[in-house]
Amino acid sequence: MINTDLLISLSLIIVSGLLSFSLAKGRARLYLVNNEPLRSMPIYHGLYVSLWGMLPSLFLLFLFLLFKSNILSALVIPYISDTTRELGSDEIIYVKNFLINNISNLKTLIDSEFLTIDKAKSLSDKHSFGRIILFSLIFILSVISSIASFKSLSVRFDARRKVENIFQFIFFLFSTMAVLTTMGIIFSLIFETLRFFSQVSFFEFVFGTHWSPQTAIREDQVGSSGSFGAIPLFTGTLLITSVAMLIAAPLGLYSAIFLSQYAKPRTRDLLKPILEILAGIPTVVYGFFAALTVGPFVRSCGEYLGLTVATESALAAGAVMGVMIIPYVSSLSDDVMSAVPVSLRDGSLALGATKAETVSKVIFPAALPGIVSALLLAVSRAIGETMIVVMAAGLAANLTANPLSAVTTVTVQIVTLLVGDQEFDSPKTLAAFALGLMLFVITLILNIFAMIIVRKYRERYE
Amino acid sequence: MSSNNFKKRHRAEKRFKAYGLISLVTAAIMLIVIIGSMIYKSIPAFTNYTLDLEVNMVSQSLDTDIEEINYRGIVRDSFFSLFPEVQDRSEKRKLSKLISSSAGYSLRDFIIENPTYGNKKFYFSVLFTDDSDLFYKGYVDVYLPEDERRLDNQEIFWLTKLQSRGRVESKISRNLFLNGDSREPEVAGFYGATIGSLITIFVTLVLSFPIGVITAIYLENFAIKNRITDFIEVNINNLAAVPSIIFGLLGLAVFINFFGMPRSVPLVGGLVLSLMTLPTIIITTRSSLQSVPPSIREAALAMGASEMQVVFQHLLPAALPGIFTGAIIGLARAFGESAPLLLIGMVAFIVDIPASINDPATALPVQIYLWADSPERAFVAKTSAATLILIGLLIVINLVAVILRKRYEVKW
Repeated sequence: MINTDLLISLSLIIVSGLLSFSLAKGRARLYLVNNEPLRSMPIYHGLYVSLWGMLPSLFLLFLFLLFKSNILSALVIPYISDTTRELGSDEIIYVKNFLINNISNLKTLIDSEFLTIDKAKSLSDKHSFGRIILFSLIFILSVISSIASFKSLSVRFDARRKVENIFQFIFFLFSTMAVLTTMGIIFSLIFETLRFFSQVSFFEFVFGTHWSPQTAIREDQVGSSGSFGAIPLFTGTLLITSVAMLIAAPLGLYSAIFLSQYAKPRTRDLLKPILEILAGIPTVVYGFFAALTVGPFVRSCGEYLGLTVATESALAAGAVMGVMIIPYVSSLSDDVMSAVPVSLRDGSLALGATKAETVSKVIFPAALPGIVSALLLAVSRAIGETMIVVMAAGLAANLTANPLSAVTTVTVQIVTLLVGDQEFDSPKTLAAFALGLMLFVITLILNIFAMIIVRKYRERYE
Repeated sequence: MSSNNFKKRHRAEKRFKAYGLISLVTAAIMLIVIIGSMIYKSIPAFTNYTLDLEVNMVSQSLDTDIEEINYRGIVRDSFFSLFPEVQDRSEKRKLSKLISSSAGYSLRDFIIENPTYGNKKFYFSVLFTDDSDLFYKGYVDVYLPEDERRLDNQEIFWLTKLQSRGRVESKISRNLFLNGDSREPEVAGFYGATIGSLITIFVTLVLSFPIGVITAIYLENFAIKNRITDFIEVNINNLAAVPSIIFGLLGLAVFINFFGMPRSVPLVGGLVLSLMTLPTIIITTRSSLQSVPPSIREAALAMGASEMQVVFQHLLPAALPGIFTGAIIGLARAFGESAPLLLIGMVAFIVDIPASINDPATALPVQIYLWADSPERAFVAKTSAATLILIGLLIVINLVAVILRKRYEVKW
């Protein structure tokens, strides 16, 4: 139904484009046949006309697709009967979706209990009228713009440059996609966060130490409002990130040093794939491994030593996350250390320093800014990591610095707040966006900081 | 004294080298432990114990519609006939719980496919439930006290009796590879999730590859250095480091809430993942365009080619292997990604195999997450098997990238 609409419009556009292409190309060929000095090749004449013929109508179609659901629901809503309206919003949404899905199928509309025969017919008529309008609009637009561009063709017309300019403009539009994405992220997060802060005070969110977003069903129940103090989430994130970095930083750095300074080419070829495979394992696998193997292992180790350890301890989740980040730290710091000028290294070795002394007293200090930024990037990745903590860390927000207890993180809460049924006005759902904004800002600051450090450091050696 | 110092320094040197080796070996051990534990835990998932049951369809009158026969009752009756001594109702109920509740459905499917069997007596193999299956595989510790295991003494007695009659067989589990999700572990498979993943990745490829490559070409060859293009570049570099879950929030707020797209569909999943993959593709495409030597470009320009012709007829073909490699690596990352998909509703329990970009679907990594959350013990094996398949697929994808690079890469 809706897909056939799309197919019909697309084929209308393409057919008119092909038609104008061959017409314009044929006319340009005529010039050649008559030995007139044609400036651009015929194919560019064809492309010029067909591009002008297709782009405006494609744009129209794109706009229509963007707002299709809004248009359809505006069309359908007057047809929802009063009896349905009395049954509440769920029923209205159900009927609306039913009508939208079956709008092109008159028989289903008549058979359904939601519409009388007359109303079904009028809805169906309106829909087919709308379709005809859409198709004719697209067709007329293509024809008009093709004709208009066809008129500007002549022997001396520089079709190639014009076509290339059009393409360049299209390319520019494509490249704004990254900007659009960033803006989409920022605006959607800020918009929902503002809605959240209209219901929950900003200070409670940033400085509150109690997190229990579950709102009760009835107004008069205890704790019906939920509380949104995000401090425990941030301390939890910090705790797990610290555990991860305690593992990833030394292991990653030493791996990078060994691979770049000590390993012979053959050992390097043998050992490097290990880190590459580690980097390629999906995080959900790490999460499963943490929940299934590492968590119980840490717990039984703790019990053996007489400690009480939660099954979903921060230590287990953090340790596995650390393993995940090792390749990241290693490859980033490898890049940084190999960017240190060879003359420094050779000078140190020539003075009689051992390799270890060269690394720790010459290369490492020289590469320190880069290594710091590598570690910052690793931290930002650990903070944003989701699956491991969702599967292996806890749900309860405990304000503690004990790695053996269960803590929860920002990402875990985003997932638990948004997975499953949700209504979009409750502070519970909106809180996820506020957390997301915090996460975005923190990782952004870390990344920018890392980038600035790297840039400064690069300038020093160039 | 100086020789003493010398020794000390060389000991330090050796220690330093050893630290490096130890770190790498630790990483290797972790890798082996992860893969090894997945392999070890997935073993029970690949086989299923089945029971050869003599099904009696003779009594069925030929007139009844073959879809309306009480297949469940038939299976249950023939199963009870193996244990004539069990007469008590509650005991019978307990007995019937030993074989999978899917048995009736599979008999129905078999009869619909082979209607000639509709009035015959024949042997038909039915699945056991996950608990009985685990017992046969030796994962139930019979020495535990009765109330601590999933099967009580009576059930274990029945199961051993069945086995001693030689009716029980272990077969390769076809369900695992050919089915969608299910609440019954013995029936659940990851085929549906794999297809969902493939559709999602297809959408990602179709969207992110052209947009990414064209963006890279524009920034590398056409863009005039100004504030706008600088801003675009900063944006791309930042997007590459944004946590994936933020893209999920974006998808939820923009695609689902604002544009009213449906939840749980591969279309939205692919859109979100392509936004996430875009920076990777742009960055790798740019670096492979940069690696084409300037002499080629200058030669083409000198022959009178336009900038556009230089790019599309000379630079792009030369850079293509590198671009493909980068795109494949980006897509492999998207294939293993699950966090953004959780937020746009691709975590639903979906039995049917998705067939289009608008069917509700889940993805293989999300299926792993869902199964890992299930309480049934048999799902642990299923989850491990699914992770192995996921890792295997990713390794294959990456190998393709490596081979492509080795084969077609041009050394300038």
